[in-house]
Amino acid sequence: MRFKIYRFNPEIDKKPYVQEYVLDKVEPGMMLLDALKIIKEQDPTLGFRRSCGEGVCGSDGMNINGVNGLACVTALSDLSSPVEINPLPGLPVIRDLIIDMDQFYKQYRAVKPYLTRKEPLPELELKQSPKERDKLDGLYECVLCACCSTSCPSFWWNPDKFLGPAALLQAGRFLQDSRDQSTSERLEALEGPFKLFRCHTIMNCVQVCPKDLNPTKAIGEIKKMMLTKTI
Amino acid sequence: MNKKNITYRRFDTLIIGAGGGGLRAALQLSEAEASVAVVSKVFPTRSHTVAAQGGVNAALANVSEDNWHWHMFDTVKGSDYLGDQDAIEYMCRAASKVVYELEHFGVPFSRLDNGSIYQRPFGGQSKNFGGAQATRTCAAADRTGHAILHSLYQQNIRAKTHFFDEYFAVDLIKDEEGNIQGALIFDIKSGDIVVIEAKTTLIATGGAGQLYRTTTNALINTGDGMAMSLRAGVPLQDMEFFQFHPTGIAGRGMLITEGARGEGGYLVNGLGERFMERYAPNAKDLASRDVVSRSIATEIREGRGCGPDKDYILLKLDHLDESVIQKRLPGIRQTCKTFLGLDPAEKAIPIFPTAHYTMGGIPTNRYGQVVTPVKDTPEEAVQGLYSAGECACVSVHGANRLGGNSLLDILVFGRSAANHIITQLQENRFHRQLYQPSVDQALERLFRWDKKGDGESVEGLRKELKKVMDENCGVFRTQEVLDEGIAKVSALAERMKDAVIDDHSDIFNTARVEALELENIMDVALATVYSAAARTESRGAHSRIDYPDRDDINWMKHTLYFSENRSIDFKPVRTKPLSVDSFPPKPRIY
Repeated sequence: MRFKIYRFNPEIDKKPYVQEYVLDKVEPGMMLLDALKIIKEQDPTLGFRRSCGEGVCGSDGMNINGVNGLACVTALSDLSSPVEINPLPGLPVIRDLIIDMDQFYKQYRAVKPYLTRKEPLPELELKQSPKERDKLDGLYECVLCACCSTSCPSFWWNPDKFLGPAALLQAGRFLQDSRDQSTSERLEALEGPFKLFRCHTIMNCVQVCPKDLNPTKAIGEIKKMMLTKTI
Repeated sequence: MNKKNITYRRFDTLIIGAGGGGLRAALQLSEAEASVAVVSKVFPTRSHTVAAQGGVNAALANVSEDNWHWHMFDTVKGSDYLGDQDAIEYMCRAASKVVYELEHFGVPFSRLDNGSIYQRPFGGQSKNFGGAQATRTCAAADRTGHAILHSLYQQNIRAKTHFFDEYFAVDLIKDEEGNIQGALIFDIKSGDIVVIEAKTTLIATGGAGQLYRTTTNALINTGDGMAMSLRAGVPLQDMEFFQFHPTGIAGRGMLITEGARGEGGYLVNGLGERFMERYAPNAKDLASRDVVSRSIATEIREGRGCGPDKDYILLKLDHLDESVIQKRLPGIRQTCKTFLGLDPAEKAIPIFPTAHYTMGGIPTNRYGQVVTPVKDTPEEAVQGLYSAGECACVSVHGANRLGGNSLLDILVFGRSAANHIITQLQENRFHRQLYQPSVDQALERLFRWDKKGDGESVEGLRKELKKVMDENCGVFRTQEVLDEGIAKVSALAERMKDAVIDDHSDIFNTARVEALELENIMDVALATVYSAAARTESRGAHSRIDYPDRDDINWMKHTLYFSENRSIDFKPVRTKPLSVDSFPPKPRIY
């Protein structure tokens, strides 16, 4: 199997280039991360992030044959050769497949992604019915891999102004949490033409999410909440 | 690397590691208005706590009658009586409080119909000191670690904790009197070197699952903090006890939570037999992990495995209602679909005991203070140094950890370490004079990888090391095999001195990071094989074919391994709890 991988080390290279690697032996069930690890044995200079290897830590987001995804849960059998691997688009490249995610994390922090309570806390747990808890399914599982935000044209054009699908999913996660007591402040903070409303429901985020989450739907729910609030 | 341009930063406290233990401590400290630097080689939510699945134990009694004292008994028994009972009492009594705190932090726990936190049965849990199965594990579906880690990180954002993301800690800084003064770190993104001067340092770097080839552990679990402590002259405790999780995906290693059996799953061998009934007549599939793993290994050794090569066991969930699997075990369902192409609601999962958890680690007391023998005192605090979580050995897990107690451990002791640090900070207002020779020593270790030319490859040595650990320090052990392990690992450690890397660039040089990680895991491997060869009995996860019985007369003691001269020492188990009667050793039957 052939791999065409984006390479760039700013200390050495004047500009990025594509390097080709060949893997002679592809075992059944092999994931792209397995292949990259073998390639890295041949060429230790190849840079990429990785950790858990099973799709829960969110480290190894990359653009694979034109689609963002996590290398560790992408089966080689689902890819056509040569596999073209690029860094996630839209954010600065630090080196090879490693992008600078500062802007992405900044937008995440901007939505105040933490539970807020104004009333004193009980000695025991805050009660939440199974039905209320169900509303968090599809929202809390995000692994912050950035596959969604870096596939979103609205985020590409305005990464500093549009919060992007990942951060908005988090906003939705706390807006939907029956325990949170900052609903109106959260909604107010999302007003204006950019932060939320630059989402044009292109839905790339939904297509690429390795955890099968649906940021577009979460954004839609937020818009609905805003509308209800205005009325 | 730029040797001249070193930045010096000062904080009250340095925390190395941003998993659950580090983040819980950081939150406590930030809220007490201490200045905290959290240094992590990965972005915090990539830490391995994220992969914990089944849940966290606390006797909330939301599902059935329960209390902390029963939890304490189960933990002592689970530890095969090697756990320190003062620390275990402390942990079990604190459990409910830390879980309620987590809930208040926003952790999206699954819920019972009455709105309280969902709990599931887990291995080794009992009511009334060894009676019927208890239901003690608080869960957020099968993504509890993810839910907890993200919530803790989020709360630290609120508390404005100072993070050094993607910085690698090279070594601790220690002055002539033995005070720990912080650490030398470098920015992986730029190669810039920073010395963090701190009045107190907490090591919370997690476990060392990368010792083995097939492991549930992330690639980052290379025992960095343990190795740093060894190099600072601190011993490692009870390193012979390494947990093999009964249900890793066969041949791959992905974890299938014990919660799968807690929700009603069970194991079958190649004959279709529920063999756990033979090994653990009462608890069956929910016996302690060491017991279940050994049972699986025995079935396979005796030719009753599944598949054409009879080399795995099946975990059956397909008799459960599909909605239970979707609601309670969605994560492992996704994992099975991705890595095996099978849906556990329809087909059994091939599993095999897989390297999972480091019971041993940096010796601490229940305040998280690192303790080491000095002359006749077995436990003298190392000034300025703390540790919590999997890298530490309090010891609450003794010879075998119960499922659901690792998340509890990181939370309880991350928190208690922070509380002790807060009192220390009140007494120590100023930083001590930085001891430059110690900084220079750390630099030397770092710059050693700038060496050019031919030599051993990091990747080759790493592969060999894992193979040796698999073959010479696995589930079943003998003196001969362990002694051979010592010789082989020692030879690899020797060869590592000649290892070189080709990439000497500064910007995000992952080859350099991996080389430093290999040095760390090599030190931890030495500690593990030396400790295992020293203990001539079988206890918990340490199964000696040549010494099949537990020997309470000679071996109710903790092992201590020192890297200087690779020597072994021992210290007594703390069998006296804080307020209740001690649980004396009894035969361990499940």
